[in-house]
Amino acid sequence: MFDAILRILALTRKELLAILKDPRSRFSLLIPPILQCLIYGYVATYDLNDVPYAVLDQDRSAASQELLAGLDGSGVFRRVANLGRAADIKNMINEQRVLLVIQIDQDFERRLLSGSQVNVQVIADGRNSNTAGTAMGYINAIVEAFNANWRTGHGQGNPPIRLSTRAWYNPNLETRWHMIPALIGTLTLLQTLLLTGLSVAREREQGTFDQLLVTPFRPAEIMAGKALPSMLVGIVQATLVLLVAQLWFRIPFAGSFFTLYAGLSLFVLAAIGIGLLLSSVAATMQQAMLFSFLLIMPFSLLSGLTTPISSMPAILQYLTYINPLRYAIDIAHRVYLEGAGLGLLIPELLPLAIIAAVTLPIASWMFRHRLA
Amino acid sequence: MTNAYEPEHRRFSAKGRRVWSLVRKESHQVVRDPSSIAIGIVLPVILILLFGYGLSLDVTNAPVAVVLEDPSPDAMELAASFQLSHYFDAQLLTSMPRAQQLMLARKVDAIVRIRPDFSRQLSRGDAEVQILVHGTDANHARIIQSYAQGAVGQWAARRSAEGKEILTGPVTVQSRLWFNEANESRYFLVPGLIVLIMTLIGAFLTSLVVAREWERGTMEALFVTPVRPDEILLGKTIPYFVLGLIGLVLCLLAAKFLFHVPFRGSVIVLSGASMLYLLVALAIGLLISSAIKSQFVASQIALLVTFLPAVMLSGFLFDLHSMPAVVRVITYALPARYYVTLLQTIFLAGDIWTVILPNAAVLAGMAVLFLILTRRVTQKKLA
Repeated sequence: MFDAILRILALTRKELLAILKDPRSRFSLLIPPILQCLIYGYVATYDLNDVPYAVLDQDRSAASQELLAGLDGSGVFRRVANLGRAADIKNMINEQRVLLVIQIDQDFERRLLSGSQVNVQVIADGRNSNTAGTAMGYINAIVEAFNANWRTGHGQGNPPIRLSTRAWYNPNLETRWHMIPALIGTLTLLQTLLLTGLSVAREREQGTFDQLLVTPFRPAEIMAGKALPSMLVGIVQATLVLLVAQLWFRIPFAGSFFTLYAGLSLFVLAAIGIGLLLSSVAATMQQAMLFSFLLIMPFSLLSGLTTPISSMPAILQYLTYINPLRYAIDIAHRVYLEGAGLGLLIPELLPLAIIAAVTLPIASWMFRHRLA
Repeated sequence: MTNAYEPEHRRFSAKGRRVWSLVRKESHQVVRDPSSIAIGIVLPVILILLFGYGLSLDVTNAPVAVVLEDPSPDAMELAASFQLSHYFDAQLLTSMPRAQQLMLARKVDAIVRIRPDFSRQLSRGDAEVQILVHGTDANHARIIQSYAQGAVGQWAARRSAEGKEILTGPVTVQSRLWFNEANESRYFLVPGLIVLIMTLIGAFLTSLVVAREWERGTMEALFVTPVRPDEILLGKTIPYFVLGLIGLVLCLLAAKFLFHVPFRGSVIVLSGASMLYLLVALAIGLLISSAIKSQFVASQIALLVTFLPAVMLSGFLFDLHSMPAVVRVITYALPARYYVTLLQTIFLAGDIWTVILPNAAVLAGMAVLFLILTRRVTQKKLA
């Protein structure tokens, strides 16, 4: 037993040397994760910060100016044109010079003063309907503020019904708070799959696999020796993302590191099982790379990273149950943002354990049979 | 006279033969390697199906808990407007702690709380409805917030119409969404997907092909044959160009017949734009591959400079309006940005030449630039 551990450690050391000695592979371990972190942190957001818009103000009254001032002062909306005719709306939107056009009718102020209801029309470019929806939400909020202001300014008191909204765990609803913790799982999965797959394929391609076979290593030990370094590197990269999240983006960490790492280790174990399975299928490095890419795409698309799982049709929601990344992202969110303890995480931890318990034995079986 | 043209003619056909045999060799390599087929055909199909059927940013049937602490008819009516909305799957509760438990376990995405004195407050003209959303997924949370606002607004409008008290503010927003009246995110995700697939086939797969020859030492073997560098390039380009076109046709068929995405432009314009983009992507892939000469590093770089930006910085998923100014400047250097604009316009808005011409011109310029660069890097000598 002790000998076996020594042998595994020796192989681990050799693998780590193989990974870390090559400057190019060092580069690809460090730079892409950090770059991706920064790109996701700054770009992966559905929050808008610059909405060009145009106005067709047929009223040109103090009231309409007040409403538009609310838009211009929001810091998000940028007025690029004052239109004179309704016919101009079409071109502005078609040519994507503006995201939306606000149309205020002639009798806007008069109707407001007479106490009746007034409509403001907003025409949005729906080519990206999510963006249009978000911008519409901003406009609604600004109009609400205008309404409240108008009522108090004209002695009508508070609005009769108010909505008070509050968001748990992410008070300002920043997409970044959603993305960066999720990356802890995503980047780790990508790297573990790639490393495990490549390390076996490289030996196959260079013919050193046969040399490994004539050493006193048992197949299980070779497998463990291949798995352990990828696991280590995976955890180190997860830590890297965690550091970027806390030191650079300053996203407050609500949970405990112990819980997070406990969950992550289980996840990495499941990922290793899949990586080893993949490596027993891939004959060359090119195949290992392309296959791991083929896996990572559906894994990340079905994880809730970019689109919510609850918006998927039922059949895809079932598919997400066998996706380890889904659980990893859940764990990262729940520990990082919600501060959940191990007890609350059992629904996520259990499936990960099952995935690991299924993939690892199969991988080891395949491993032995590929050796023969 | 005919004799003078003969050598020229023969030389041309020899060139054609050489390119053709390289194309055949490359195609065999693609077809016989399961991993190339996996990325070239299987992955596009998976992506099409996932995006078409599954992935959407829209909220329907979001689970919410409506906590009714006030059993008055007014409050019940408000709760009913949540239950009737197809955006929500509302669960009626009477106690707040139970709702909080559900939210902690992420069984509901939001809590709508109608307080005990709601009805009394309402008659005083000062009522409040509390909405708590689970903010982890910020975009989802924001959509739920605005739908909740909509549900309350509808209830208020109904009451006004019934001649009870006027609850809405004096100004209401009447919104219209052009090009996507149904407000379906699928309509922009599926066209955007074409960009991903073209980038994968054009740049990611080809980033491996020249590097592979270098790594395996077959590049030197090619050098001793009469093929010229530009013939090697042509031989590498043509099979992947064809593979890319197959991907395009798959996407178009799926978009039209499976997912019924409106297609308001013309197929010819779309094909032209796609071929331009495919050329740019191929040229970038080959350039990386010829310059790096290592499969692993070349593929990593190809992912970093082509695929990742195509997902993140092209406006396919995250709108360009969301990006910080510095990042927005960077996007002008990315071919994917122009292609996404072209696709979304051709699909949803139609052939709007003021959008199509400038974007296509930039793509054409990039294609020429990268092809020239690639040609300069590929030379018959050992580095």
